[in-house]
Amino acid sequence: MGYHLDFGKVLQGEYLDLILQGIQTTMVLFVLSWIFGLVLAIILTVVRAVKFRPTQLLVAAFVEYHRNVPMLIQLFVWYFGFAVVLPDAVNEYLNDIGAEIGYAIVALALNKAAYMSEDFRSGMRSIHPAQMEAARSIGLTYLGAMRWVILPQAWRLALPALLGQTLILFKGTSLAAGIGVAELSYQARYIEEQSFRIFEAYGIATAIYMLISFAIMWLSAVLSDRFRLRVK
Amino acid sequence: MLEIIREYGLMLLIGEYPHGKLGGLALTLIISIVSLAVTFPCAILIALARTGQSRPLKAIASGFVHSVRAIPLLMLIFWAYFALPMAIGFPIDATYTLIIAIVVYQAAYLGEIIAAGIQGLPNGQVEAAKALGLGYVPTTFRVILPQAIFNVIPGIVNQLTTIIKESSLGSIIAVSELSYVMLQVNSNEVTKPLQIFGILAATYFILCFALSQATNWLERRIANRRTGRVLVEVIA
Repeated sequence: MGYHLDFGKVLQGEYLDLILQGIQTTMVLFVLSWIFGLVLAIILTVVRAVKFRPTQLLVAAFVEYHRNVPMLIQLFVWYFGFAVVLPDAVNEYLNDIGAEIGYAIVALALNKAAYMSEDFRSGMRSIHPAQMEAARSIGLTYLGAMRWVILPQAWRLALPALLGQTLILFKGTSLAAGIGVAELSYQARYIEEQSFRIFEAYGIATAIYMLISFAIMWLSAVLSDRFRLRVK
Repeated sequence: MLEIIREYGLMLLIGEYPHGKLGGLALTLIISIVSLAVTFPCAILIALARTGQSRPLKAIASGFVHSVRAIPLLMLIFWAYFALPMAIGFPIDATYTLIIAIVVYQAAYLGEIIAAGIQGLPNGQVEAAKALGLGYVPTTFRVILPQAIFNVIPGIVNQLTTIIKESSLGSIIAVSELSYVMLQVNSNEVTKPLQIFGILAATYFILCFALSQATNWLERRIANRRTGRVLVEVIA
């Protein structure tokens, strides 16, 4: 029995709709978690920069939890674990509006916030403390020195790592399939089950992932080059 | 929380063994270590191709690395689990398909780490080996690789942490590793998901945190030992 590749079978009608919906859900997960993650990462970096031991330790614990527990388990903790803390009425309401994708965005965003805040922190750390002293000694205030001397260098140093995290996040959205979010890999699996077109279903999903990943890689290369720190 | 550990602790550690297949934390560790061991020679070949003189080999290796980096691991697992048995015509155990997917995925990442180690060595090493009359094979295997690999040991241990975390995806294709066992415990117990997944997260945390501390320690030690400039790219 030969197996004839026929992409037409999967790229039409109901299946095509499912793939397009899958791409849309993947992009929603990616974009929203990226934005929330970045904002939270900046807040975490600022909190950690303030010299107050208890909050610093809290941020450190937050970062270590997200770095040392698998992403999939973080999704499970939110999806299975957090739901029982909420009152039944809230849960029913959440399930009506599609709780999975919400939990997935929360989990992905918190995870990326932890990694990105570490990238910011190492960007800040690689700037010699003498730069701050020099900036203060020419009469800049602490915030002024941050605004005009430290941060313009720090974000450029952190940029390549942040772009790397962006690609990891894009690929990480596939894990949301593990809690039943109907994104691209979930749809590929579903189409494969329905149509038995294994190679076509996974082939198309893989090609779409590769296409978007290559776009992210290309954009990362362009941005890293454009904003490279030229003075050292 | 304690009664869950008391009741399911052994299951968490070894799964259904000895009444069924070995599973749980033990299987997670076996999968991770076997994956790393199989990945290692593949990664060395990729690193040699990436840093070598042959243009076609360079292009193939770089094409492989970039393609793999563009695909989510879950997609590779689907390929290995659903498509591979179909392509070769006989079924493969889910555990092996998970290992195959991780090896393909990690070969790209570990290959880049080892390539960075090779590029980090000063040129004089190759020149000195040539001056002594050594050919390509002895130069590579007795001069370059031993030093390059020693320098990237922290990166390799860090990759083991990553593999342990990635093996949790086995739960999606019903490999009875740690996460899958706890998902089953959760469907037995129903009412205590927060405790069960808390224990699961804590187990991974202890394991991976210990390994990442070990990585930091190794990094400091190796940096002290090699006073020369060595760049270790740690890919998170």
